[in-house]
Amino acid sequence: MTPLILAAETATEVAKNPLIPEVYDLVWSSVVFFILLAFFWFMVLPNFKKTLDARTEAIEGRLAEAERIQAEVATKTADIAKAQENSRAEASAIREQARAEGVTILAELKEQASLEAARITATAKQQIEAERQAALVSLRAEVGLLAIDLASAVVGASLSNDKVAGKVVDDFLSELEAGDKAGKQK
Amino acid sequence: MAPFTETSGSDDGFHAPTIGEFFPDAIFFEGTPFELNRIMMIRLLILTVLVVLFWLWTGSFKKAYKTGQVVPTRFQLMGEISLNFVRTSIAHEQLGKKDGDRFLPLLTTIFFVVLGMNITGIIPALNIAGTSVIGLPLVLAVAAYVTFIYAGMKKHGFGFFKNSLFPAGVPAPFYILVTPIEFLSTFILRPVTLALRLMMNMIAGHLLLVLCFSATHFFFTSTQVEGAMRLFGAGTFLFGFAFTLFEILVAFLQAYVFTLLTTVYIQLAMADEH
Repeated sequence: MTPLILAAETATEVAKNPLIPEVYDLVWSSVVFFILLAFFWFMVLPNFKKTLDARTEAIEGRLAEAERIQAEVATKTADIAKAQENSRAEASAIREQARAEGVTILAELKEQASLEAARITATAKQQIEAERQAALVSLRAEVGLLAIDLASAVVGASLSNDKVAGKVVDDFLSELEAGDKAGKQK
Repeated sequence: MAPFTETSGSDDGFHAPTIGEFFPDAIFFEGTPFELNRIMMIRLLILTVLVVLFWLWTGSFKKAYKTGQVVPTRFQLMGEISLNFVRTSIAHEQLGKKDGDRFLPLLTTIFFVVLGMNITGIIPALNIAGTSVIGLPLVLAVAAYVTFIYAGMKKHGFGFFKNSLFPAGVPAPFYILVTPIEFLSTFILRPVTLALRLMMNMIAGHLLLVLCFSATHFFFTSTQVEGAMRLFGAGTFLFGFAFTLFEILVAFLQAYVFTLLTTVYIQLAMADEH
């Protein structure tokens, strides 16, 4: 390239050295440089930094928030598990209690039933006894009348046959006695 | 190259690029310190473009943190990626978060000025890099130079010069040899190489592109070329196209290198021991 540049330089009327800056070159270079330096320094980069900081903050904030929520959820889960455990225990206690109560109630009912049964039996017995007594009393009264009837019948018959009449009375009395004995034995 | 130089000079012939291209005729204020030529106007154009672009991005940043909208919009994200490239990949990487942020305004400015001015080299109708004239690379290099000396002085006081010129662990007699070398490399060659590397890359890139496309023009239109010779034009055009792509890479690369070296110089100046 060098011979070419040299050849070119000799060709141009005013050969310029590219290493020596012109005044205007330096002036405009400085203008460009300092305007952009100030622009980046005081305008672009501070705002850029703020944006990045805001983002970092937001990300960190969100991470902290997520962590907090996670901890909260863990606590809640533990609470729920505990509550579940509690209610399970409570339920089984209630079941146990109900079973015990059922047993008691059953026993009570059974006792009550047997008492009732005993009471009914006793009443029935009493009633039967009372009826028997009543029957006995009425029988006795009837026997008296029968005896009188019989006696009158016997008296009527004795007129014809003394022997037969005597036998009938004897039989009757023994029969009555036997019936009375049987009734008393009962 | 031989056939091109042969015809150079003739009206109908091949026009070789000259160094004069970097000193175009003045358009405004000729002869004053504010003389404006094509390249200076390209610089002002890029200045405007950068200000407008970053103004819009700043607007989207402002809107984002004022509304508490932490999810960036697509446009905002592009700005963030651009600024974060300098911030994290260059500044934070070399200087750490705290010092990286301290020098971020200068580093960001250098990166986007260099990138913006370099890229004009391949933009149609501009076609010349704003950094291809020594002034801008020089101003940026001086800014880098002043900044790394400031960084060193701020951290170590005058011990910075002692650290730089008399590196620890060298036997005293060797300082006769070492100190001039260190002085030359640290305080003279650093800014000079910063400025020259950038400018020469842009000059070379421009000359290459002009050479390729001017040869294409010559082969396709000149009356001196006949028949199948015209096909050379397709070849030179392809070369020009390839070099245009290459210049995009160079534009980014030089912006990155300039910024990275500035950062490294600042980092070295603040390092505790050499």
